[in-house]
Amino acid sequence: MASPQPRIGVVTYPGSQDDRDALWALGALDAEAVPVWHEERELPSLDAVVLPGGFTYGDYLRCGAIARFSPATAAVSEFAAAGGLVLGICNGFQILCEAGLLPGSLLRNESLRFVCRDVPLRVERADLPFTSRCEAGRTIVIPVKHGDGRYVPPPDLDPAQVVFRYRDNPNGSVDDIAGVCNEAGNVLGLMPHPEHAVDPLLGSADGALILASLVEAARDRALAAA
Amino acid sequence: MKATVLVRPKTGILDAQGEAVERALEHLGFAVSGARVGKVVDLEVAADDEAVAREQVERMCEQLLANPLIESYEIELHG
Repeated sequence: MASPQPRIGVVTYPGSQDDRDALWALGALDAEAVPVWHEERELPSLDAVVLPGGFTYGDYLRCGAIARFSPATAAVSEFAAAGGLVLGICNGFQILCEAGLLPGSLLRNESLRFVCRDVPLRVERADLPFTSRCEAGRTIVIPVKHGDGRYVPPPDLDPAQVVFRYRDNPNGSVDDIAGVCNEAGNVLGLMPHPEHAVDPLLGSADGALILASLVEAARDRALAAA
Repeated sequence: MKATVLVRPKTGILDAQGEAVERALEHLGFAVSGARVGKVVDLEVAADDEAVAREQVERMCEQLLANPLIESYEIELHG
């Protein structure tokens, strides 16, 4: 029997920007990428969800602060509470922080400048559903493009929740933190954009290590549920 | 009742905007320190009683207007 294509949802909010790239990248990595509209109160049957980058609701008040109240965000919270895999990229990371699914907050870059460049990241954890194809301690290169990426952790953040660190901090993030997971390890947020680095033609294919890990984990879940 | 909410970056949180503003003021020749940039939210609450209005605005702050991890808030009510 051919292994099934896992169904991975990508939520589009008003102001989402990278939803199409995320859908394309997941499809290229052999997932069935499912567009999810922000007004949907119930998610379709999914094996994982991605909250993409962008500038939802114009970044009004704080980045992600308004998208947190979208019906789809409530559905994603329920999905995560039930153990579902959720990946937040850039603005998606900010939304997950505002929604309380991930610890911490993302503030204006220390330089006050928008940064858009490839950045080397140190993989701190390779034991998560999102990083199984990575190797702990190794460096991967993925682009960032954000004005509000300075991560501020809560005082009690467990260092084991840090999944990626910048090797050359582009935004002033505390402890060079580029990505964190929740305590259970089924929700990950990161500022760099793996969906923009899935083909060497784009400068790096290292993003595929993260997304292919997610596709694989989602496939395992789809098989287990079948 | 009219309310004004002042949202400030918490003490200890690096305020890059405040630092940039401070440097700009120094360029203008002012001797300043400790500049911090926050936000002001003016709104009108559908409540006549001050205690009721304050309680409502406090909940607004907790749930949306401020992020308690990085921001502090102050509420002013104007009859």
